[in-house]
Amino acid sequence: MTEEIKHEWPLFEVFVRAKRGLNHVHVGSLRAADHQMALHHARDLYTRRNEGVSIWVVRSDDVAASSPDEKEAFFSPSGDKVYRHPTYYSIPDSVPHI
Amino acid sequence: MTDTSVTETNEKSFTETIAKDQRIEPRDWMPDGYRRTMIRQIAQHAHSEIIGMQPEGEWITRAPSLRRKAILLAKVQDEAGHGLYLYSAAETLGADRGDLTRRLIEGRQKYSSIFNYPTLSFADVGVIGWLVDGAAICNQVPLCRSSYGPYGRAMIRICKEESFHQRQGYELLMTMMRGTPAQREMVQDAVNRWWWPSLMMFGPPDDQSPNSAQSMAWKIKRHSNDELRQRFVDMSVPQAEALGVTLPDPELRWNEERGHWDFGPIDWSELKRVISGDGPCNALRIENRRRADEEGAWVREAAAAHARRRQEAAA
Amino acid sequence: MSFDAAYEALTDHDDDARWAYGTGFADPLAGVDTAVPQDVDRGDLSAYCVALGDDALIMSHRLQQWVTRAPELEDELALANIALDLLGQARLLLTRAAEVEDAGRDEDALAYLRDATGFRNVRLVERADADFAHLVARLLVFSAWRLALLDRLTTSTDPVLAAIAAKGVKEVTYHRDYAAQWVVRLGDGTDLSHDRMQAAVDAVTPLVGELFVPDRVELRLAPAAVAVDPSTVRSEFDAVWAQVLQAATLQPLAAVAEESAPGGTGRDGVHTPALTEILAELQGVARSLPGSVW
Ligand SMILES: [Fe+2]
Ligand SMILES: [Fe+2]
Repeated sequence: MTEEIKHEWPLFEVFVRAKRGLNHVHVGSLRAADHQMALHHARDLYTRRNEGVSIWVVRSDDVAASSPDEKEAFFSPSGDKVYRHPTYYSIPDSVPHI
Repeated sequence: MTDTSVTETNEKSFTETIAKDQRIEPRDWMPDGYRRTMIRQIAQHAHSEIIGMQPEGEWITRAPSLRRKAILLAKVQDEAGHGLYLYSAAETLGADRGDLTRRLIEGRQKYSSIFNYPTLSFADVGVIGWLVDGAAICNQVPLCRSSYGPYGRAMIRICKEESFHQRQGYELLMTMMRGTPAQREMVQDAVNRWWWPSLMMFGPPDDQSPNSAQSMAWKIKRHSNDELRQRFVDMSVPQAEALGVTLPDPELRWNEERGHWDFGPIDWSELKRVISGDGPCNALRIENRRRADEEGAWVREAAAAHARRRQEAAA
Repeated sequence: MSFDAAYEALTDHDDDARWAYGTGFADPLAGVDTAVPQDVDRGDLSAYCVALGDDALIMSHRLQQWVTRAPELEDELALANIALDLLGQARLLLTRAAEVEDAGRDEDALAYLRDATGFRNVRLVERADADFAHLVARLLVFSAWRLALLDRLTTSTDPVLAAIAAKGVKEVTYHRDYAAQWVVRLGDGTDLSHDRMQAAVDAVTPLVGELFVPDRVELRLAPAAVAVDPSTVRSEFDAVWAQVLQAATLQPLAAVAEESAPGGTGRDGVHTPALTEILAELQGVARSLPGSVW
């Protein structure tokens, strides 16, 4: 069992630019053996063959992240720019209620 | 600060975040119970998407028109995507997909028992879209507001696609109902078989659902099982009428006072039997998943070995 | 576009079609003149579209059989995408064939009501895959060959064929890339995967020759640039094949008796028993319920 875990593919974080003029946005993660495979898979999974979008993939363990404990020091200066916080993004009205 | 006061501060800010209807994000502090419950719920949901590919997947190669084939193939593919979005959300909580898959294969984690029923005709594809995806939508739309951010965001994408699943299922049934008498019979037969299992998808009745209170408090869950089940019945009855099929429940009638449809008692012993692994297809579903995982192991290992070699060569 | 709705922008909710089963792609035939060009034999053009359509339909069928069996979930998505692309190509080509034939048939009549001897696909696409290595070997050969054909067909004098090819080129480029990457990973992976990949290459090689033997229809249509004579794309295919095998540390199978003579290939309706099995699965439900609407 532990033997097999060693062979698992690493995790990649996926960022997609849905259309020109927008930033790349983090959409989720996936597993792949290498960057090339990660890009292929990201296209299949997160954009379903849609041409013309731009995709970034980053090895998850290469992402350095701030810790929530450092909130004060890092984020206070921009506390008024609420859109920087992921929790701000509300649910689109278009979510279907059938 | 002492350890206890750190924990207290953390708990306070967690509770406040939930109370303000804000989202908990991956690197936030959260109680162990919340993390465990979240992982279990997301994993179970992910497993359901992946196992759920099987009953319909069997009909892709046999679909009776090329258009239906394309629709079904894309639908089953969507379910694989749903599984991936969800495993990805579970991994933000520190779970590992390979480990979750092993738990599924070893029967230590569950998936929705609806997928333990067999698909007997192509009409089942339509009825699954209409009723099973329909019930899933009722369950899942509120989850878009789950207190755990990554789960809620995954659910938004999923709900979007599920609504297409339901529409394609219903459209297939409408087409079949306009077809030959044999086709209409197939539709009615499929509805008879899937109606009660669909109602069971909402879980046990509220007075027998022990974990619900905590999940409601954590805003992991936002409506009770019975509430969602009633909503589903109320939506499905007029849809069945429009389709021209009968729902197999003699006690189904409009209750003016309640403003809802009354329906007959659910056979919970049947649900328990299926959940505990005694459904018609439990063993088959797990065996298929296990085989795919095992037969793919050498491929995954090869890709990992190749990536390592490339990396070493570059270094 | 408001910054506050970044996620909403991403999901692009006003563009529903993108979420629906691989639709939402521009109609490849929008604005294309569907009249059969003058001096083109309708029977030949129809037969040619059937052949290209059958290749895609049967290859897609084999890929569909991998659904729920892929080695990893990400590949589940990838294989389904390829199967969907090829199914889409098959539908466009069979529809064009039926339209040109003008005998009251449609894509479904062609797919569901012909027997094995009526199918014109190359035998490469019928072959069942013993394992994932066989699948990617076959997919590489198939897409490298088909990409070369489609690339030339983008300038076909039949505007419909040209439009279908233009769409297909984008798709098949991606398929070829997917397959090539896997052949390299497995060939240059572990000892076990290397052996399996080599065995798959050896097994697929005898099916390659047939791909480049023109049949009568192709020979009649090629001079007017309606169709492509497949023998003209052999060197392009060979270069791709050799390049991938080399990167994968695999040996080409030496001296195989691969060339088929005209008259005895899938294009002539000569098939292996595998096609009969495929058709039983593909057509069974549709044929058992005559007069049904779907
Ligand atoms: Fe789903
Ligand atoms: Fe679904």
